[in-house]
Amino acid sequence: MRLQGKAWKFGDNISTDHIAPGRLFHLRSNLPELAKHVLEDADPEFASKVQPGDFVVAGNNFGLGSSREHAPTIIKMAGVSAVLAKSFARIFFRNAINVGLPVLICDTDKISAGDELEVDLSSGKIYNKTQDIVLQAPPLPDVMIRLLADGGLAAHVAKHGDLKID
Amino acid sequence: MGLTLAEKILSQRVGREVRAGEIIVCEVDVALTQDGTGPLAVQQLRKIGMEKAARPESTILFIDHAAPSPRKELSNDHILLREFAQKTGCRLSDVGEGVCHQLVAEDYAAPGKVIIGADSHTCTAGALAAFATGMGSTDVAMGIALGKTWFRVPETFLIEVTGKMPPGVCAKDLILHLIGMLGADGATYKALEFAGETIAAMPMHERLTLANMAVEAGAKVGLIASDEVTREYLESQGRGAEYRPLSADPDADYERVIAVDVSQLEPMLAAPHTVDNVHPVKELAGTKVDQVFIGSCTNGRLEDLAVAASILKGKRVASGVRCIVVPASRRIFLEAIRLGYIETLVAAGAVVLAPGCGPCVGVHEGVLGDGEVSLNTSNRNFQGRLGNPKGFIYLGSPAAAAASALTGVITDPREVMDNAIAR
Repeated sequence: MRLQGKAWKFGDNISTDHIAPGRLFHLRSNLPELAKHVLEDADPEFASKVQPGDFVVAGNNFGLGSSREHAPTIIKMAGVSAVLAKSFARIFFRNAINVGLPVLICDTDKISAGDELEVDLSSGKIYNKTQDIVLQAPPLPDVMIRLLADGGLAAHVAKHGDLKID
Repeated sequence: MGLTLAEKILSQRVGREVRAGEIIVCEVDVALTQDGTGPLAVQQLRKIGMEKAARPESTILFIDHAAPSPRKELSNDHILLREFAQKTGCRLSDVGEGVCHQLVAEDYAAPGKVIIGADSHTCTAGALAAFATGMGSTDVAMGIALGKTWFRVPETFLIEVTGKMPPGVCAKDLILHLIGMLGADGATYKALEFAGETIAAMPMHERLTLANMAVEAGAKVGLIASDEVTREYLESQGRGAEYRPLSADPDADYERVIAVDVSQLEPMLAAPHTVDNVHPVKELAGTKVDQVFIGSCTNGRLEDLAVAASILKGKRVASGVRCIVVPASRRIFLEAIRLGYIETLVAAGAVVLAPGCGPCVGVHEGVLGDGEVSLNTSNRNFQGRLGNPKGFIYLGSPAAAAASALTGVITDPREVMDNAIAR
């Protein structure tokens, strides 16, 4: 699967409080409304200007903090095609796969804000068209590839009636 | 090579020896959600037609984050959780019972149990040698319905702690010091195993503080071997029969061994806006505080309230400071009333709120104004955490919080503690 879009740059330690803050706790059962505020506390313009297909590109430890799955869900709902970061917090990474938001680990110093990117999910190749360089993300663990292929964890369980990861 | 505590618990639970790096499917003994994550879990189960629980007696829907509800949308979320509990037979822990992780420690956690929770601080129960970890709503929802989940068995960092804590220094200072050392992602995906003579001598309420904050270094679990302290704690909760000894093998294979001597440790604080921005309190002393929050799954236990009460007894909270106290559970609240701590705190000017998460997640009960500063005994100081991205949050011990409430500025607790009560 090939994804194309523009890079939105963020720094290190973007927390789930930046992505889906506690002051909007009451919108958690109204995800379309919550998605209008995605990443608002890290970049107030992001939610209104992001285009379908664009990428969130961040530094280390993206998604640290709370287990709130609403965070990767509203990034996906905002039209973001994938999150690229130097590293991810554990729960966010697992949640992203569960909700079908691709997450790739790569050297994001080689991507600047506004760069045009092309990502091939099956190979993990990230082509920075603007800078004409190719970055390589390590492959996802097999279990996560399987869950993504089924459309996320809930779809996987609905399909198999069980966890079928081996 | 022998097994780490994480490998041992998971090996026993799956019935064969498993090692770090393996992907396993494992039975789940306890599953929990809270009111910020439970509604999505319920919706996911409804969506795939699996509104059921494999173990309803140990599946708990906690209402603690926005409790009592400050908004109609959240009141409706609470209704959804109550209806799901009624329909499936799952346990409901309603408004006023307390913070999920404290209640899991009191009523459910025991050595060798596997616990998953849709809350990142589920790792708190690792203090009782339970493999307890936080996950998202869908993971926990599937765990509730199927009674199992998948894990990658984590590698372990052994945190070997020696020395006697100096007066005025406690487990909160130790875990902040460790997170400052490791960094907010220094232990991503790892198990932290706390061991050594200091941990062996440490009471359960402090062990729970250590395990609670393992996730703030990125860890999956924070584990402590079970021992006499564990047995006595379980007995005090009427669950002595659930005790069993569980520890790592002496020749376990650790990815890293980190030695910490606490004999020179000082009171510490995490400064805005990350938990690894850690400094000795004395370096930050004098910073004005507008609010102090004593409570949470990190430090809302009876002993924490006792320390705060001892510092504030017969005195007044500084003018212009809001001192918010939230006991972590109903049991703690009642005991604190009986022992006079609540009267002491209220007389000193504190605001005591119903057991629960209080202001911790920024939804109610202590939202900051623009530019305001709060010193919390909780576990996160991310930008926006107290409901306002223009607020500033410091994290510290109950002693540091009470001392700062007293003076109105960040204060090293040793400056206001009587020698007799310092330890």
